[in-house]
Amino acid sequence: MKKQSITLILIAAIIIIGGAFFITSQNELQDTSQSQKKIGFIYIGPPGDHGWTYMHDQGRQYMESELGDSISTTFIENVPENADAVRAIRKLAESGHDLIFTTSFNYMDQTLEVAKDFPDVKFEHATGYKRADNVSTYSSRFYEGRTIIGHIAGKMTKSNTIGYIASFPIPEVIRGINSFYLAASKVNPDVNIKIIWAYTWYDPAKEADAANTLINQGADIIVQHTDTFAPCQAAEKAGVLAFGQASNQEQFCPNAHMTAIEDVWGPYYAERGKAIVDGSWSSIDTWGGMKEGHVVMSPYNKNILPEDIIAEAKAMEASIIDGSLHPFQGPIYNQAGELVIPAGSVADDGMLASMMFYVEGINDSVPQ
Amino acid sequence: MIKIVPRGNSSKSMFIFAPFLSVIFTLITASIIFFIMGYNPIEAIIIFFYSPISNLYGISELLVKATPLCLIAIGLSFCFKNNLYNIGAEGQLTMGAIFGGGIGIYFYDVSSFLILPAMIIAGAIGGALWAMIPAILKTKFNTNEILTSLMLAYVALLILDYLVVGPWRDPEGFNFPKTRGFGESGRMPVLYQGLRVHFGLIITLILVFISYFIYSKTIFGYQLKVSGYSPRAAKFAGYNKNYLIFSAFAISGAFAGIAGIGEVSGPIGLLYRDISPNYGFTAIIVCFLGRLDPLGIILASLVIALTYLGAEDAQLFLRIPAAVGFVFQGLVLFFLLGTDLLVNFKIKVKEKHGY
Amino acid sequence: MDTNLIIGIINIILIGTTPLIFAAIGELVVEKSGVLNLGLEGMMLVGAVSAFVTLVLTGNYFFALIISIVSGLLMSGFFAFLVLYLMANQVATGLALTIFGIGISSMIGKNYIGTPIEGMSPYFFIVISIIIVFLIGLFFKRTKMGLIVKAVGESHSSAHSLGFNVIKIRFLSILFGGSMSALAGFYMSICYAPMWQEGMIAGRGWIALALVVFATWKAERILLGAYIFGGVAIMQMNLQAFGIKLPGQFFNMLPYIVTILVLVIISGNKLRIKMSAPSCLSIPFNKNQ
Repeated sequence: MKKQSITLILIAAIIIIGGAFFITSQNELQDTSQSQKKIGFIYIGPPGDHGWTYMHDQGRQYMESELGDSISTTFIENVPENADAVRAIRKLAESGHDLIFTTSFNYMDQTLEVAKDFPDVKFEHATGYKRADNVSTYSSRFYEGRTIIGHIAGKMTKSNTIGYIASFPIPEVIRGINSFYLAASKVNPDVNIKIIWAYTWYDPAKEADAANTLINQGADIIVQHTDTFAPCQAAEKAGVLAFGQASNQEQFCPNAHMTAIEDVWGPYYAERGKAIVDGSWSSIDTWGGMKEGHVVMSPYNKNILPEDIIAEAKAMEASIIDGSLHPFQGPIYNQAGELVIPAGSVADDGMLASMMFYVEGINDSVPQ
Repeated sequence: MIKIVPRGNSSKSMFIFAPFLSVIFTLITASIIFFIMGYNPIEAIIIFFYSPISNLYGISELLVKATPLCLIAIGLSFCFKNNLYNIGAEGQLTMGAIFGGGIGIYFYDVSSFLILPAMIIAGAIGGALWAMIPAILKTKFNTNEILTSLMLAYVALLILDYLVVGPWRDPEGFNFPKTRGFGESGRMPVLYQGLRVHFGLIITLILVFISYFIYSKTIFGYQLKVSGYSPRAAKFAGYNKNYLIFSAFAISGAFAGIAGIGEVSGPIGLLYRDISPNYGFTAIIVCFLGRLDPLGIILASLVIALTYLGAEDAQLFLRIPAAVGFVFQGLVLFFLLGTDLLVNFKIKVKEKHGY
Repeated sequence: MDTNLIIGIINIILIGTTPLIFAAIGELVVEKSGVLNLGLEGMMLVGAVSAFVTLVLTGNYFFALIISIVSGLLMSGFFAFLVLYLMANQVATGLALTIFGIGISSMIGKNYIGTPIEGMSPYFFIVISIIIVFLIGLFFKRTKMGLIVKAVGESHSSAHSLGFNVIKIRFLSILFGGSMSALAGFYMSICYAPMWQEGMIAGRGWIALALVVFATWKAERILLGAYIFGGVAIMQMNLQAFGIKLPGQFFNMLPYIVTILVLVIISGNKLRIKMSAPSCLSIPFNKNQ
């Protein structure tokens, strides 16, 4: 009797494991022909995360559809940001890839290390600042989108309290908070922003806790700079409003989702892929925004937003694209009341890239 | 009917044979899994287990990956032989990286041949100190070292996190959470130009040899084994139990610390959050797979290192999710623990009796 | 502070600590019987992913719950088979179970990441978790079976000579622990944050392990400990939202440091450790010896 039950458990385990592998087996093999240019991607997470990696993978697919048979693409997912990254990048370089995108900040030194050994292979590193003859860098001006959601939030909040879930205190996130707050306080001087640092990009339960805490403290709008759609779900459940992150997340929280700042990498990837195909690739630094189509607002939710606010948001998009509106238009003061950006000028890219201070009015301090 | 009966003495040959058996079982299971997934099992096995090491660079990468695993596992064997379950090597590795890395960051612009040795020694001290905490708590307060060492591993990771986000952040790094790079003098020299295999491998081999020497030729090694095998005998023989606990923890912590500094001063070159892909935990598998024996651990570290590399290749060439590597790591240990039965028991086939 | 704020905070703490309570109360029974299962994180992940995939495929919450618990029974049954019948080392087997669980859960869930589902209200399970804790408390205090489990964990050889089936009792305890871990996983992916993301348990299995120690192996104190652990994390967030920034890493360290302190306090006193920690924890039992 005892032995039978053990055998049963073992058989069941084997069936379950086998079934599990079967479920995952619907992947297609791909063949590569010689004339194609091979383009590889290194991902920090799984492509299905509906956040950062998902959007890079969307970009990859867009590039494939744009450039057709002239290229073929591969990717390696879940590559940790440590010594292993070098091997993964190198593997792509060795296996005949002509262009390699490394899509997370901490691949920076690893990308350069491999690039040194493969001068004929071209590399593109996302969000970094170190370049070489065969290494380009690229990033997006997500803060342009933050200024639009700031405007919407300033108009839409009734409690004048906005909850902001941040990941890590790095310039990109700080920049987003400032851009958001400047726009929100411009249309609503009474607006108060409450910030929680989750110290993670990726922990749905913790992100939900942070959202619920902010809602409990009176926030009626949740803004996030973490990667999963848990905060938006939490907002939906609590009946407050929210914005999506990185991709259009309306399907997960249709009654809370006002819009989202989408990271659209496709046009850039297609452009760079084309440059590889026709041999015109050179090392550049690209920091594209709305104008270049790298930052796109998801469709504004007509069930939530009044028409005039949608119109204003669209007008802001147009002004950002034609250059008449800059999120960091002086005069801007820091929390100590010092003038950091004088009237008549805008923040330069150097200041934006290393921004680690809050602007005047944010009732909080940057964590150290 | 099959019956399991105890052997009089444990089987020496089975003891050595079981790990190989478990690897073979894992390979068989792997091919079944690949077959179910719709791949040609032979091709998939070749890509998973052979293609990563089919050239010189691949072999060098295997050694890079195996170096920290082997070093930590050798250190852990000092604890495990004495039935001390130090499972916090991840924390000791992290502390080693912090102590040694601290020197590397502070002297980033100094060129001196003394810096690297100082970093390695500091790394060893950092790891050993962190390992001493569970040892002291065990000897003084009789706390369970499994739980304390595990808890301390998470504390160490958070300390590293605090340092790279806060006080040690690179002043020229646009405020990203990482430290500045170590200077040239703070980097492990590579053994062969163009490959990543570094001096840490030599250190590891030396320490493996020393460990082998300690186990086979010294009284201390003998005492460790005896007190692990039979605590009562050790007590009668008058061994100093606390001394054995302290030294086992100190050695394993120091080895893990050296592995940590080897990793950051070797392939990485600076400190940031994710310096180790759980080497400290994976090394526990390596240690058991290697039978707590220096030579066995070397082989086991190569096998486990291969599961990481194989998972990358399988993903790249076959689009098999990389998580399959973890599945194989778990399986190989399960099979080993299962086949271990054959060491102390034998399987007898008997005629089934009627009732 | 107004009462609504406090009620809200309590609500968030209750929602957040329930998976810890499920996993910890299961592990408590396992450890009481003298077995240490370090595979909590892996079992929770597998429980979470199997619940999620079942829900997506069938749309039925009940099936999802059943399959999730079956997955926990399978994982823990496998563990029990290795450590009880093959007398494998418990520490190594538990760690292998976690690593295996990380791998297999991300393989199973590969095509389901980011699939939208309708979440389930957590409140039913919050109540259940509290009831289970008290039932387990009563089980150990009032029932003969509970005393037997404790006796097996205290001294397996005496329990054996008294005629109790040590292996069977431990097997059942481990199965209970596995099903509770899976339930915690179910709660994570269906109620708490209704989605599947790789590694979404994010270390909660290890916190639950610490919680058992913190509770000094007493069922009711699991509740207390969980609310303290969860409370610290949520209070930290509340302080942040009020504009008080303390280094987040130190808050995250607190559960671990406090657990070590508790261990020191109870272990230092011979009588106290005898009253709480099972003496045979992680020592294998072989009736032939």
